[in-house]
Amino acid sequence: MPEIRVTPLGAGQDVGRSCILVSIAGKNVMLDCGMHMGFNDDRRFPDFSYITRNGRLTDFLDCVIISHFHLDHCGALPYFSEMVGYDGPIYMTHPTQAICPILLEDYRKIAVDKKGEANFFTSQMIKDCMKKVVAVHLHQTVQVDDELEIKAYYAGHVLGAAMFQIKVGSESVVYTGDYNMTPDRHLGAAWIDKCRPNLLITESTYATTIRDSKRCRERDFLKKVHEAVERGGKVLIPVFALGRAQELCILLETFWERMNLKAPIYFSTGLTEKANHYYKLFITWTNQKIRKTFVQRNMFEFKHIKAFDRAFADNPGPMVIMPGYCVQGTVGHKILSGQRKLEMEGRQVLEVKMQVEYMSFSAHADAKGIMQLVGQAEPESVLLVHGEAKKMEFLKQKIEQEFRVNCYMPANGETVTLPTSPSIPVGISLGLLKREMAQGLLPDVKKPRLLHGTLIMKDSNFRLVSSEQALKELGLAEHQLRFTCRVHLHDPRKEQETAVRVYSHLKSVLKDHCVQHLPDGSVTVESILIQAAAHSEDPGTKVLLVSWTYQDEELGSYLTSLLKKGLPQASS
Amino acid sequence: MFSSSPKACTDAEGRLFIDRPGTYFGPILDYLRSERLPTHHILEVYREAQFYEIKPLVKLLEDMPQIFGEQVARKQFLLRVPGYSENLELMVHLARAEAVAARSSAVLVCAVRSEEDAALCADALRILEGEKRSVVKFGPWKAAPQVKDLLDCVKMDIEARGYQQQQEEIATKKLRLTKPSKSAALHIDLCKATSPADALQYLLQFARKPVEAESVEGVVRILLEHYYKENDPSVRLKIASLLGLLSKTAGFSPDCIMDDAINILQNEKSHQVLAQLLDTLLAIGTKLPENQAIQIRLVDVACKHLTDTSHGVRNKCLQLLGNLGSLEKSVTKDGEGLAVRDVQKIIGDYFSDQDPRVRTAAIKAMLQLHERGLKLHQAIYNQACKLLSDDYEQVRSAAVQLIWVVSQLYPESIVPIPSSNEEIRLVDDAFGKICHMVSDGSWVVRVQAAKLLGSMEQVSSHFLEQTLDKKLMSDLRRKRTAHERAKELYSSGEFSSGRKWGDDAPKEEIDTGAVNLIESGACGAFVHGLEDEMYEVRIAAVEALCMLAQSSPSFAEKCLDFLVDMFNDEIEEVRLQSIHTMRKISNNITLREDQLDTVLAVLEDSSRDIREALHELLCCTNVSTKEGIHLALVELLKNLTKYPTDRDSIWKCLKFLGSRHPTLVLPLVPELLSTHPFFDTAEPDMDDPAYIAVLVLIFNAAKTCPTMPALFSDHTFRHYAYLRDSLSHLVPALRLPGRKLVSSAVSPSIAPHEDPSHQFLQQSLERVYSLQHLDPQGTQELLEFTIRDLQRLGELQSELAGVADFSATYLRCQLLLIKALQEKLWNVAAPLYLKQSDLASAAAKQIMEETYKMEFMYSGVENKQVVIIHHMRLQAKALQLIVTARTTRGVDPLFGMCEKFLQEVDFFQRCFIADLPHLQDSFVDKLLDLMPRLMTSKPVEVVKILQTMLRQSTFLHLPLPEQIHKASATIIEPAGESDNPLRFTSGLVVALDVDATLEHVQDPQSTVKVQVLYPDGQAQMIHPKPADFRNPGPGRHRLITQVYLSHTAWTEPCQVEVRLLLAYNSNSRIPKSPWIEGGEVSPQVETSIEGTIPFSKSVKVYIMPKPARR
Repeated sequence: MPEIRVTPLGAGQDVGRSCILVSIAGKNVMLDCGMHMGFNDDRRFPDFSYITRNGRLTDFLDCVIISHFHLDHCGALPYFSEMVGYDGPIYMTHPTQAICPILLEDYRKIAVDKKGEANFFTSQMIKDCMKKVVAVHLHQTVQVDDELEIKAYYAGHVLGAAMFQIKVGSESVVYTGDYNMTPDRHLGAAWIDKCRPNLLITESTYATTIRDSKRCRERDFLKKVHEAVERGGKVLIPVFALGRAQELCILLETFWERMNLKAPIYFSTGLTEKANHYYKLFITWTNQKIRKTFVQRNMFEFKHIKAFDRAFADNPGPMVIMPGYCVQGTVGHKILSGQRKLEMEGRQVLEVKMQVEYMSFSAHADAKGIMQLVGQAEPESVLLVHGEAKKMEFLKQKIEQEFRVNCYMPANGETVTLPTSPSIPVGISLGLLKREMAQGLLPDVKKPRLLHGTLIMKDSNFRLVSSEQALKELGLAEHQLRFTCRVHLHDPRKEQETAVRVYSHLKSVLKDHCVQHLPDGSVTVESILIQAAAHSEDPGTKVLLVSWTYQDEELGSYLTSLLKKGLPQASS
Repeated sequence: MFSSSPKACTDAEGRLFIDRPGTYFGPILDYLRSERLPTHHILEVYREAQFYEIKPLVKLLEDMPQIFGEQVARKQFLLRVPGYSENLELMVHLARAEAVAARSSAVLVCAVRSEEDAALCADALRILEGEKRSVVKFGPWKAAPQVKDLLDCVKMDIEARGYQQQQEEIATKKLRLTKPSKSAALHIDLCKATSPADALQYLLQFARKPVEAESVEGVVRILLEHYYKENDPSVRLKIASLLGLLSKTAGFSPDCIMDDAINILQNEKSHQVLAQLLDTLLAIGTKLPENQAIQIRLVDVACKHLTDTSHGVRNKCLQLLGNLGSLEKSVTKDGEGLAVRDVQKIIGDYFSDQDPRVRTAAIKAMLQLHERGLKLHQAIYNQACKLLSDDYEQVRSAAVQLIWVVSQLYPESIVPIPSSNEEIRLVDDAFGKICHMVSDGSWVVRVQAAKLLGSMEQVSSHFLEQTLDKKLMSDLRRKRTAHERAKELYSSGEFSSGRKWGDDAPKEEIDTGAVNLIESGACGAFVHGLEDEMYEVRIAAVEALCMLAQSSPSFAEKCLDFLVDMFNDEIEEVRLQSIHTMRKISNNITLREDQLDTVLAVLEDSSRDIREALHELLCCTNVSTKEGIHLALVELLKNLTKYPTDRDSIWKCLKFLGSRHPTLVLPLVPELLSTHPFFDTAEPDMDDPAYIAVLVLIFNAAKTCPTMPALFSDHTFRHYAYLRDSLSHLVPALRLPGRKLVSSAVSPSIAPHEDPSHQFLQQSLERVYSLQHLDPQGTQELLEFTIRDLQRLGELQSELAGVADFSATYLRCQLLLIKALQEKLWNVAAPLYLKQSDLASAAAKQIMEETYKMEFMYSGVENKQVVIIHHMRLQAKALQLIVTARTTRGVDPLFGMCEKFLQEVDFFQRCFIADLPHLQDSFVDKLLDLMPRLMTSKPVEVVKILQTMLRQSTFLHLPLPEQIHKASATIIEPAGESDNPLRFTSGLVVALDVDATLEHVQDPQSTVKVQVLYPDGQAQMIHPKPADFRNPGPGRHRLITQVYLSHTAWTEPCQVEVRLLLAYNSNSRIPKSPWIEGGEVSPQVETSIEGTIPFSKSVKVYIMPKPARR
């Protein structure tokens, strides 16, 4: 029984270190290779020893696919390819390929330089790892090998994020990575065609949330920033994820442009600045507005937003600072929960005097979005990853209820096995088809018709050809299979007369068959030969020799049973 | 040359003698020395070079355009015209023979381009020869040049022989008359075609020209005949399509070819041709809508081919069914039950066809049936619903339409909800389904769905309101939307404090079972539609919101928040659309303060269109509180300081805001005017636009709030008086205590009295026309009076201004003409001196100008007025001619002028031939009577005749058009008030913003120009971009553009003048004479005169180009 097996090494009932093993029709694919933000020990990387205990990963895995450049989807890649050892192809989209090494390098710096970790991957390893990458375009079908093909779909979320369809023969799996079903200021919405995969592996970060319209949120944000700046204040916006920084930049930039504002906006140098270069390059991946504006100018070439120079720090005047990266610590959480006095290390007490606003600019699909995507793709079953167990439970129930498909939510290391019934395409030879067509009308759905032919399996493809052609192609001689049966008849008359009687009898019974009486005394019905002979011992008994080929088995056996019943008494 | 030529001979001393003039030997020598080609006298040099046989030079010269076109190419062409030179000889010969008797002779030249034409004109030639007319026939030839080119060649060659010749294009006309029907030509063509490609070429050529109705049938027969013989499917395809085209010919009844078409349909094998034939049948069927029998027959044919394997054929069959499927059931009752099939069922069966194109066609056919008035069955609804989940977007898109149609047909029927026992109204169900399509994968479908939502008016209100509610939740807890929160904040009084956070924390836990994630009816459709990725979808959603809100006030209230949110869209078009939408529904709504706040925030937008749209929105908005008014005022003033150009728009906005909310403004007055109960406050600056804005608001509010003036301080009254005068359109008349009400014409009460003034106008014009036999002096005086009266009338009655001005202008022309003719000087026989004729020629010039103004500056001028205007112009031209004749010595220049004038008369006659009977006894009438005489007589005589005629000619009665408006323009910006010169570096450009309103200008994009006059007399004309014109209302336009000025350095700042011009082209108005066929350009092109009329006051701008610093 063919089956699809899915084992999450990470992101199973969890957010972080996305890594899912899929084996489909004998092909093994690893989807994403991320790290976990919450751990600093071995647990931060997926347990690759699960894949194979001994032997090289390259032999076992056919390819690795990275959905987008966030570290929880690609953070373990250099470790996996260089330190564990994998030499096979790694597929990702062009923007991901461009931006991924920047993030990895940044991550390495923080881990090694700041935290002083040893035994971490080096810059060189990142470079070596990126050499194994094969970049793909949207909607481009890439043949990994003869049977395995992958295809990327637009996923929104961040620049270059893609959903991947993995297809072997007629079996397919779609992996969404992270995606966003509502467009934002710089990216469009995820889209997939009705590809009807056997399995859809989807993220479920916001499985229990239905979000409000983004317009309200944006307006609120802009109003707050605008008011604060107008009052002469400074606004600090810590942006956690790369991509969101650009989103806010675009949002503020267009607003500044529209409203003719002059207050400077800065973003922190380093990561965001580097990434911005690539954002300028990959305009085709952005949304309608930015693509259309590109005719006049590149919207990522900001007019009002500049990289932050430390020398500005003492400058008076309003200022909006947008750091690209900031580790979410407990302080932030405390402030957000309304604490006004913070105890710092060393018993220092800090009073929070600033005004804190909370806003969510998440780029994940909400429950409705996930359902919408499931509706678009029409999968046979769904598998949830990248979310919390409790929330998944809810969504699972909803999916099963509304789409009536199976839904799975395996934990890390747990394997889900899905039986599939792959359809096997069989090519039919034109000659055979034409011959069949000539015999009658087109086949009707309600009245199936039998078609005789020979199935040839050669070079892993199937062909249905006429038997003559098959014989010719395979260079075989035709074997005739003949059945012969003796029927004893009690008939004292001569053989010829018996034959005539048989003939007239059959003629009367088998009206729609061709019954002939040959000059040599034998009778034929179609191709069945009947000969009458006198019994050697008993002259009163005649022996009817019935002989037919395999093809006429039906008629032959019918004829035998008919003759066995005996001939009707002559009228005389 | 010297080797063999007999051209050279030697003299006694053995020197070579070449018998050639040496004039052009220089260039030849030049070429031989340095291979330089001559630049002048190329033809002559070419001849020389030919003589000397300098082959390379000949070759080079031949390649030069002057010679190539004239000599080489022409010769090449003429060589291909068989017997050209012989024919030419013949022509000259014939002409000479005839000329022996008379001084001139006429030879008919018949030029035929192609064999086909030759065949056609054979008969005509025979007739002509029978009449003993001398005819020379050229052609046919096989080369690209046309008949005209040949005639040109003939003309040139005849002239080269020294004969004068006049060309008349009679031959072509005659030929046209005797041209046989098209069918014959086609027959010849198709018989000649040897290959399918050839035949196809012929057919293509044939299709280019229309066919007369009477010959259609013949052509069709030939086509069909060929069709049967043709083996090539592409030719058959073309024939089939031609049949379809031909059957559409007006005046031809195609029922006679239907049998044949059906006949060939049965034997056709090619699917493409089949499809085309069905298309032809469709054309035939639609041509005969009332013929039931044919329709039934065609439907039968369509049904038979529905099982075809090709999608194209099935498509066409369905189209046929949709267009021709029988509508009435009456035929069934007559007992022909079998004949009429259930078209709907047949089409419905193809909803599940395997080809998406056929499915689409089936749905379209069904929609077509609906459009033709057939009531669709309700059963179709379920079928259509299934199609909503089709794989192909065209199918889904069409299915959405079908569902909409059915929902409009059966809004009230009840349908069950699947998987439950409940039932709902069909229109609600359909609404839910279409709402669901707003989140479809294809944006085409989304646009379609969003558009249709707007027109579903019978939907229950709770369904409607669901579209705005997404049923938010966060972590399985019910969450309120930001809009709800804003509302709550507002009601709790904490609005806009901004000092609260965590208020969006989700509240109560919700039951997991109750949450419905998809298929939940209309839930949140607009929320999705409004944040769609494609702006097309967003615009469609905004439009739909607008339509629904207009029909349901409660929905309008609800959708307000969402519309306000759209003001922040990233695409300007969407923002503008949502502002307009809001304006349209603003009667139904009152803005809450927080909503107003959001609306007002957009006032800072840098796009002028957005701001102005917003001002207009504010004009008709209802505000609920006095804080709201205050907020609006503050924001508007802020806007004013940021964008001073918005001044007028803001004032206007405040005017309406004030008059709509007098009671809300009242408590604000002391604060706004900063008056104090006990102390006098400083008098504000009267020139401050912000202060004026405040006053506009207050005065308009005070109009309906009599208690308000009590709060005014003294200077406010003074300012009122000032503003009432200077900005009367913004400040209404107030009933102020202790002051007389300035009873400035309260317009509504005057309205019934409009008649007398109109009567007055009529009477005064009548008087002028009737008293034309008065003595000259009297006439002049009367005219002067009337003109003055009319002008005054125009000033007083704005609605009659157009008519009054128009007639006044006409009378002025008349007056000028009379005055000019009164000059004593005419009696002097001797030629006049230039000085003496000043008045007359100036008058002529002015009349011309005025006539152009009359023709082009007024909207609503009809043909009968145009005739009179042109007539007047003709008179002016005559006057000009006379004046010139009398002032110039010598006759030569007169020849041209006379000719031109006569041409114009001719042109006039041709253009206005239909109106000539109305011009009895006029100048032109008489002129035309004498036309033959004028043609032959000498200029001096012509002038004489003209002079007497001008004096004798009578006044023409100018019929007044129904509606006539004078085009006018006011330049708002630049205002020309600034004393500070605009400084810029000379040689570089400076941009000057121009903002003007145009009234009653037709097609301003092409006619309105901006002119800049520099002090040194330089004038520059600027064509504004079409996008610079906006159309705020009927008959009104607005021009907002930038004019780039540049000049060399001046020493002192100087003023340049900016004004608007109306460009005209006299050809545009002239009605096409019926006999001039389209495509042929009338020969009088040269009479089209282009010019400009200034139609706005010019504004002076102070500029100062400084020399560039080195």
